[in-house]
Amino acid sequence: MPAIEAENLRKIFGQVVAVDGVSFTVSEREIFGFLGPNGAGKTTTINILTTIMRPTSGRGAISGHDILAEPDRVREVIGYVPQDLTVDDDLSGYENLMLQAALYHLPRSEARSRVREILRLMELDKFADKKVAAFSGGMKKRLEIGCALIHQPSVLFLDEPTLGLDVQTRAKIWDYIRLLARDQGVTIFLTTHYMDEADSLCDRVAIIDNGRIEAIDSPTNLKTSLGGDLIELEAEHIHQDVGAALRPLEGVNEVSENNGVIRVWVERGELVLPLVLSELTRLGVIVRRAEMKRKSLDEVFLRLTGRSLRDTGGSRDEVMRRRMTIRRMRS
Amino acid sequence: MIRAFSEISALARRELTKWYRSPILVFMTSVQPLLWMGLYGKALNLTGLLRIPDDLLSQLPPEATSRIADITNEVLSRFFGSAEIDFFSYIAVGMMGVILLFTSMASGMSVAWDRRLGFLGKLLCTPIKRSSILFGKVSAAVVRGVAQSLLVMLIGLSLGLRLRLAGPAELLGALLILVLLCGSFSTIIIALTLRIRTWEYHIAIGNLVTLPLMFTSSALYPVSLMPDWLRLLASVNPLTHGIEALRYLLLLGESVTSQLITPHLVFLLAFSASSYLLGSYLSSISLRSI
Repeated sequence: MPAIEAENLRKIFGQVVAVDGVSFTVSEREIFGFLGPNGAGKTTTINILTTIMRPTSGRGAISGHDILAEPDRVREVIGYVPQDLTVDDDLSGYENLMLQAALYHLPRSEARSRVREILRLMELDKFADKKVAAFSGGMKKRLEIGCALIHQPSVLFLDEPTLGLDVQTRAKIWDYIRLLARDQGVTIFLTTHYMDEADSLCDRVAIIDNGRIEAIDSPTNLKTSLGGDLIELEAEHIHQDVGAALRPLEGVNEVSENNGVIRVWVERGELVLPLVLSELTRLGVIVRRAEMKRKSLDEVFLRLTGRSLRDTGGSRDEVMRRRMTIRRMRS
Repeated sequence: MIRAFSEISALARRELTKWYRSPILVFMTSVQPLLWMGLYGKALNLTGLLRIPDDLLSQLPPEATSRIADITNEVLSRFFGSAEIDFFSYIAVGMMGVILLFTSMASGMSVAWDRRLGFLGKLLCTPIKRSSILFGKVSAAVVRGVAQSLLVMLIGLSLGLRLRLAGPAELLGALLILVLLCGSFSTIIIALTLRIRTWEYHIAIGNLVTLPLMFTSSALYPVSLMPDWLRLLASVNPLTHGIEALRYLLLLGESVTSQLITPHLVFLLAFSASSYLLGSYLSSISLRSI
């Protein structure tokens, strides 16, 4: 039985289609990631699967429990780490975890030992009795993950788990997530707009844009599906169809031209770049800048959606919340 | 049932821990009723208006003095229910009721914050009953409200509030009334604001609800002084019933009777029961999703 099943999930807010027919399955112990820009429908999908939002149509199930028919069974087997920091600044780490334990009706003695165990696992035992207000962003996030683990869920949802964290802390959080999947047997579903996060952490990645899944595969397969590297050129005096001229060259897979930026997808960039440049010179095009990008998930995204993952959007409210989270992480 | 109770108490504990760790918050919510009590209650001394200066009294024959005393007592008891009640004590007990309204308002606002900070979303994906989220907040509001109301009473005592308690039963009765008032007000206010996303609206709704409730109640002046239309409003305002019963219990001493209390208590119990039903219903539909 798959840990997560989603079948043609749709969510419409007024005129906006936030999630547009999303289907996928995640097997047990897998680390599965949703990669996409802000406003792509990642958080909405998580909200639907964690039963805090009802889909407009479609079906979803966690460990065989239908999200609409048995929401309470679903809630018992999932843990949820929201994008925002929701641990309480005015309480200590220990108190935050005990509150969470009480919400899942853990008997007091069991709760105590479970809380101790989680504090150890998340390496927070030294700070258990300190107020969370004094924690660093990374510590707060670890506590947040700890809270979601209190009832030993079999599926853990993480919404942008490293948003606003510095590089070292991110690597540390990744280690915890890997540990959970490998040693504790927890299935992980995470969303991210960082391609390196999806690349290094996930067994499989779904690339999502405008509420639709464009591709699902392992990061390696996604990258090899591109067949190679991307050559990006800024050029002037483009008078003819450069695509038609470059495509016949040996090793060139795909060419696009937009506002003086020519993108050429090639098998082996180091061999094809000189050919491309000389062909362009022959056509009278003046190349101002040339850059070669080795294959990464960002290129996969660009290829699938026609825009870069870094061109982020999202509603005003969403951007405000994100800023607030980042501020709280850094304080 | 037991499960719901432990969920409610866990959530209420969170709110109360946050509250007692910030004494400034306790102080801030108490300021306004204290201002009303201290400034309005002391400045507008209605009982003082009816007192005839001693030098004037001494010039009158004894029969006339006792006639005048009878008349003023008659007037006072018509206004305040008893000639023994002075206006400051009257308004101080009124404020003990009004502060419950302010506390209920403040706790309504915390739902918008929980939503904004994402805490509400996290609660919604745990298997707790949806109504526990509402009643956790209500329980915390009741503890806070009753504590602040007793604080107002203590400060009132130091400023000249003349408490006349017949016994411990009356004190318990007064506590029960505080609990019922605060519980039903906060249930209604929180349940109505569950879907509201911005705290600016909460403040607007707060002022829209609290001030009219205060002015159409007997918190500041006796029902008997009101014009008919206002008296009608006052008689269906739960705050009037709560405050009237409180005054009987706290200020009348031995002369309090169960006939005086019962109608108010019945009204409050009915009001609490309906607000409980309304709250359960509203939380089940408005907390179905974030």
